[in-house]
This record gives sequence, structure tokens and C-alpha cells, in this order.
Amino acid sequence: MSTQILMPALSPTMEEGKLAKWHVKEGDAVKTGDILAEIETDKATMEFEAIDEGRIGRLLVAEGAEGVKVNAPIATLLGEGEAADPNAPADIPSTMKAIRAQMAPGTPPRSQPIPPPAPARSEPAREPQPKPAQPAPAQTAPPPQSNGTRIFASPLARRVAQMSGVRLESLQGSGPRGRIVKADVDAAAKGGAPAQAAPQARTVSEPQASGPSIIAPLADARLFYKDDAYVLVPHDSMRKTIAKRLTSAKALIPHYYLTIDCDIGALMEVRTRLNARSPKDGEGAYKLSVNDFILKAAAEALMRHPDVNSSWTDAALLRHKHADIGVAVDLKPGLITPIVFQAETKGLMAISNEVRSLAERAKAKKLKPQDYEGGSFSISNLGMFGIRNFTAVINPPQAAILAIGAGEERAIVKDGKVVAATVMTVTMSCDHRVIDGATGARFLQTFKTFVEEPASMLL
Amino acid sequence: MAEAFDVVVIGGGPGGYVCAIRCAQLGLKTAVVERENLGGICLNWGCIPTKALLRSSEIWHLLHRLNEFGFSGENFRFDLAKIVERSRKVAGQLTNGVKGLMKKHKITVIDGEAKLKGGGAITVAKNGQATDYSAKHIVLATGARAREFPGLEADGTLVWTYRHAMVPKEFPNKLLVIGSGAIGIEFASFYRTLGAEVTVVEVLDRILPVEDEEISAFAAKQFVKQGMVLKTSTTVTALDKGTNQVTATLKAKDGKTEQITVDRVILAVGIVGNVENVGLAEAGVKVEKTHVVVNQWGETGVAGLWAIGDLVGPPWLAHKAMHEGVIVAERIAGVKGVHPLNTSNVPGCTYCWPQVASVGLTEAKAKETGRKIKVGKFPFIGNGKAIALGEVDGFVKTVFDADNGELLGAHMIGAEVTELIQGYVIARTLEGTEAELQTSIFPHPTLSEMMHEAVLAADSRPLHI
Repeated sequence: MSTQILMPALSPTMEEGKLAKWHVKEGDAVKTGDILAEIETDKATMEFEAIDEGRIGRLLVAEGAEGVKVNAPIATLLGEGEAADPNAPADIPSTMKAIRAQMAPGTPPRSQPIPPPAPARSEPAREPQPKPAQPAPAQTAPPPQSNGTRIFASPLARRVAQMSGVRLESLQGSGPRGRIVKADVDAAAKGGAPAQAAPQARTVSEPQASGPSIIAPLADARLFYKDDAYVLVPHDSMRKTIAKRLTSAKALIPHYYLTIDCDIGALMEVRTRLNARSPKDGEGAYKLSVNDFILKAAAEALMRHPDVNSSWTDAALLRHKHADIGVAVDLKPGLITPIVFQAETKGLMAISNEVRSLAERAKAKKLKPQDYEGGSFSISNLGMFGIRNFTAVINPPQAAILAIGAGEERAIVKDGKVVAATVMTVTMSCDHRVIDGATGARFLQTFKTFVEEPASMLL
Repeated sequence: MAEAFDVVVIGGGPGGYVCAIRCAQLGLKTAVVERENLGGICLNWGCIPTKALLRSSEIWHLLHRLNEFGFSGENFRFDLAKIVERSRKVAGQLTNGVKGLMKKHKITVIDGEAKLKGGGAITVAKNGQATDYSAKHIVLATGARAREFPGLEADGTLVWTYRHAMVPKEFPNKLLVIGSGAIGIEFASFYRTLGAEVTVVEVLDRILPVEDEEISAFAAKQFVKQGMVLKTSTTVTALDKGTNQVTATLKAKDGKTEQITVDRVILAVGIVGNVENVGLAEAGVKVEKTHVVVNQWGETGVAGLWAIGDLVGPPWLAHKAMHEGVIVAERIAGVKGVHPLNTSNVPGCTYCWPQVASVGLTEAKAKETGRKIKVGKFPFIGNGKAIALGEVDGFVKTVFDADNGELLGAHMIGAEVTELIQGYVIARTLEGTEAELQTSIFPHPTLSEMMHEAVLAADSRPLHI
């Protein structure tokens, strides 16, 4: 029986390519390693070698054909003794198999069946999956990365990642010099790190959306500019982390946004009164900021709306018992969000002092991982720059972030009259997997009440 | 005022002195307290002097095969005193080497017995004099000693521990070795090779019980061929000492008893931690079954108090203690990215003849984990270098996870395998799979080619068999 020769993927991100040149014609005998064709992508032209021996039956794709999808059949290979009948129709069952294989997400370019990514443990696959075939050891050379940066991972980690469908790019290695080891892949596959395992969750829970395959990699920006038109600023590790985390967060978390205006006139008065009561200096001195009130109000609102104070995992929602609120700190350049843990148990003074201390330590680069990892909610405030309103990217593993705009005097209509009021606009970015629209709205309603009438937090 | 250190290590064995060196490298003011000899059991009464003894027995063995290699000679004799003397010299040379290392790293060596006084205070007693020291961190590395049972106590003359067995004054023509772990088997092999009638008693159903079952079986066959008597599933119930002989009562699993009379008995039935007289209980250190309880970082749970090596439990191996010493030193110094010891990456070596070496899971243990496994084996007889050396008894065995290719374990028996095992240790530490081992080029002709073949054999593709 003839077998299909499929369009190879020359890189992990390749979706389609051009069949630039055939090196064989119908009826040619080929053996393993013979060059069959030249395949061209937007990046390179590569030779495609035979991985089986036999005789070329039919060439199914004409030379020069563009947009040939990865894993589409491009030729048939006849076994020993089979007649090379150029007019024979393509082998229907194997063609269908190839097409089905092409539709499965993340199918690697092999002529033999290769397993689709293993389903996450918590969610059974909707259809019975074929038992994963054993990957051939000799074919596990590290794939070149589309962005040109080499990923350091142990051979075993690569193999396990391939088998479990975990993307190495999404992992932080725990081995020497950040090398990805098997334990990192296992942790991601088990959902130990929700943000990292998220790609897996997508392919399993939404197989009909063809997922990453419709996202084309972005071209390297250097292609668009002359060499002398820019200077290269190498990435530091923080820049890389920001890029990696926020790209994952924005791509994988279904964000939506809720905006509400808060009249902070009363809050400003309370703040002035309280600050006036502070001792001049020494112990017990304090200077409350508007942001301290916002943090307190958010903590109290989170306690009343535990649905918002949650994290997504494939297995279950994590409903956090405490309001651990991250505060975005500008590091010029870069940013970090240290966390005020159990903010609901702390008074304004404690919150104020803690935020100040965290910010100072952040700027001195003295934060420890436990100061900024985790958290149940974040606040990002750009009000001091006069920003009226903005939307923030959710900080995984959290499910929401509140973007705070400037408190400014605005003309508002009150009881049918235009009056001046100090108004602050806030926008919450929500993870729709965790927080539905009305849930988020109810939270913001409570938050608004607390901000507009701080004393109501005492109720 | 007591002299103050950043770190005081109690015990100058391989765990302790290596920990001290690493501490010093990391800029910590460090002291080592040692009551006897730097280098501990390993250098003075264990690994090293026994290797010197075994080298002598190996030469003795080769002398009897001279014809095979084209030499002639007769009336060979050995001088036991000289063999022992050489072994002691080797130990002495290395102890001096450790002294030099301490000096080089500006580590204070305190002579005497240390006792914890709580809160970072230590007192060291020597000849009735006590000196106080203080340390921010104290690392307990007091090691272990041979285990004894009631009725089976060593007396140093007729009933020996390893310590007496390596400095014999007269050669025991009949020897009983109780316990077939690495220590028991090494002495059994040494004395058997030099001509003693050796009986080994093991309570479990096979010798070298921690090794892979096939290794145990192969070793047993070789030892029996050499004339050793192996009694497995057997215990020693009594030792009746005469003037220069001991009559031992052996009881088999099926209840049958027998008596044998030997010149000397070696006790090698495990070890116990040196947990006495250090003030552990007063300091609040938890001790279970003569071993200090620690977490993965060697922390005892008492602030500033750490423990490493034989004192904290198996595997009781110098290289494991050294590695723990480094981990603890780096944790104390706040080095980033320190990883806890992975005991399944600790190789084990037994220097009997033929040698035994292994790392990772045995085939049986690997099966117990429920994984699908694949096993490869390759015999010494298929290796050119082994044949050229005249060492054709042995084999190499690999155990892989059949799904992801992880090297789960490697087991070797035969000439020089203790020098070979590190190749598989590196593969495990780097998380290599069978693919990398298959594509690695092994030099020809070497014994290491068998390691390659045993990996190929796991995929049913060995080249030379």
C-alpha cells in the first residue's frame, strides 16, 4: 500500500510553505536520506529528505505551489513491488488520515502518526484519543526557535514537553543557569503553574478554535529599519520576564474591561483630616495617600466578593482566603508588583507604611520572590501622570487588575445641576474564565461605595 | 570571650572537611572540630585504606595468573604486615593532605570533642580541658560507626568491625563475615583472594541486597566460583568465643541451625549514627533510629544547626556526605539556585572482585513505579578491551523509561566498573535520554563501549552481540 509524503514543518511555527522544487519525479526510486524537494518558507529554503525508501507514486503538488499547508499530502510513496501507476487515484484512506492529522492541533511533521498533545488530567478529552505513539529517539533534536533565541532545556525535559504538549518557551527553568529540567515540565503539565500550563488548557478546552496555529509569529522589527537608524538596547532579565509573562497573559487570558467613575471628594476630606492628626515625626507618623485608601477599599470589596478574589486552574477555581494585593511599582525602566499580603486585616496606616517600604525595596532591587509572587489581585495607578483612564494587563496567576486614573475636578450632573466634583475613573481588567460580567460589576459597585464613602467600610 | 566563627563544622570526615572548604571559599570564617583524625572514617578507616588493601589482593590474584599473560614465577608469598603498613601509609598521606587543604583555606582545625551548648555556643574538650567557641552556624558531621547487636559485639581480637579487619596482625585462615553489604563483601573478597576460607551470612535472600537482582545473582555466582561460601536468608544467633577461635551458630530461614568454627568474625551489619555526647537532645535536635532528622537542605529545625553525611542517614557514602556538605555551605552563604541532593543520582560502588557499581533504580524498583520500562544488557565477553585485559566476567545493564527515554538506572559488575559508572551519573544529572547516549561516541577500545552497547541494547540494537 502506498503511503503519503506530507508537507514538513521546517520550524515549530511554520504553518505553510512553498514547494519550490521537486528533486524527484513520478516513478523514481528513493531511499532514506534522498532529497525529495526544496521547501521554502518566509525565512528559509530547506531541503526535504525522504525518511522511507520506495518509489515515488504521484506528485500531488505542483512545483512552485505556494501556501501548501504543513502536513498536507504532497506525494505518494509506493512500497516494493507496487506498480507505479501515475493515473491511480491517491490512496483515499491514508489521505483522509493525513487530513485528520492535519486538523489535530500541534501535529508534528512525520509520516507516521504522532500523538496530539496529551489532554490535561482534570479534563477528559471529548473524543477518545489514539494512544500516543512512542517518539523515535533519534528525531528529538532541539527545534530551532522562531525568534532565534536558544532555549536551554535538558534532553529529557524536551522529550517530556513534547509528549505532554507543554511549550518550553512558556517555562522558567529551575536548573543551573535557568536550564529547563524535567521537574519544570512536569510541574507545568500538572498545572502547578497555571500561567505556564495555560497553553495546554486552551488546546484542550477549545479544540474548535484552532488556537495558536492562526497566530503568525511577528517579523523581527530589525527587518524594517536600516542598521544605523537605531541603537540596540539588550534586554535585561526583567524586560524578558515582562515580555514573556504579559504576552502569555494577554494571549491566553480572556480579558474584558469594566469602567466606573468614583467621586472621591469625601475620601480627600477624610485623608486631609487623618493626615492632619499624624504626629510630626517619629513612631506613629504617617502620610496616607489616595492609593492607600484605594488599596484598603479593594481589600474590603474583595472580602465581600470572593468570586473576584480567585485564580483559574484547569482543575478548579482557587478562591483565596485573603486579599493579597499587588501594587505596581515603576522602576524606571521596568516595573514590579510587590504584594501587600492579607490587606483586609491591615489598617490604612499599616498599608501605607508597607506600600512605602515595598516600593523602596523594589527600587533598591531588594525584593525577595516571596514579596512579589502570587497575590490575588493587583492595582496599577497612573493617576500621578494625569492619565484619566487606562486598561491594564492581568498579572497571572491573578484574575483581575484595577487600573486607577487621576482624581481630577470634573463637571458632573447632580440632582439635575452641573456641579464640580473630584472624580476618579477606574477600569478593572477581568479574567472571564473566573469573573463574569455582572460579578465584576457588583464588585466595582461595592468598591465605588467604599471609595466614595470611606466610613462605609466600617459597616 | 569565646572565639567566634561564622561556621563551625563538628566532624572532620569527608562531609565535614568538604563543607568547611566550601564555606571558606564562600568567604565564611570557618572551623572544623575533629576528635581523632582529619578525613574521618573514609580516609582513615574506610574507603581509602581498604582500596589499598584490595589493590594488594588484586596483585596477588594476578600473580597467580602470570602464565596466562606470558610470565612465569613460583613460590609467591605475601607479607601481611607490609600489606597493612602500605594501607596505613596511604591513609596517613591523605590525612596530611586534608591538613594541608585546611591550612590553604585558612580553616581553623580544633582538636577535641565538641558539645553543643545552645544558641551557637560550643565547648570543645581535650585532655580534660574545655574551650568555648561560638558560631552563627553549626554543621553536625559526626558520622557513624559499625552497628552491633546484643551477643554480637566486636571485641577487636576475635570479633572484628571494619576497623579491626583492616589492620589484622595475623591472617585469619577461616573467616565469617556477617552482612553482605558493600563493607562485608569487600572484606570477604579481600580475604578470600588472599586465600582465607570465607563464609558470608546475609539475613536477606541475596547478597548485595541494595543492588539490582541480576547483579546480586551474578556476583554470588562469581564468589561461589572463587570458593566463597554464601549463606543467605540466614542469621547468626550466637558467637561462642574460644581462645583463638569462634564458634558461630547460624540459623536458616527454615529453622535449621548449624555451627561453624572460624578464626575471626567480621561484623558488617550496618551502621549507627554518632549521635551521643554531642548535646543533641539538649539542643532540641530530633534523632530517629540513631540518625539526625533533617529536611532537604540539611536543616535540623533548630535555628543555625545543620547536619550532613552518615549522621543524617543513608546512603552512607562519602561522596553523598561531601555533596551535602557543599549544599549546606551554599545554603548558609545564601548562594542562589542551590538544588537539594537527589539520592537517586548518588552512585554506589563496591570494590570486590568483580567490582559492582550502580546508580538510580534497579529494574524491580523501576517496575514498581508503574512505568513502562525497557532494559538493555551487554556482557564483558562481547567487549574487545575486556578480552584483552583478560577480564571477561561481568555485564552492564541499563533501565530506561520506555515512554520518555529517561535513564532510570544503570547497574554494572566486572573489572573497573567503579570507574565507569560516572558516565551514567552525568547522563542522569544532565537528564540525558537514550537518544543522547546512543549518539555519544565512546572511545574504542575501552570498557566504556559496553555502556554504549547496553544503551543500544535497550532498543534492541546492540552492535557487537
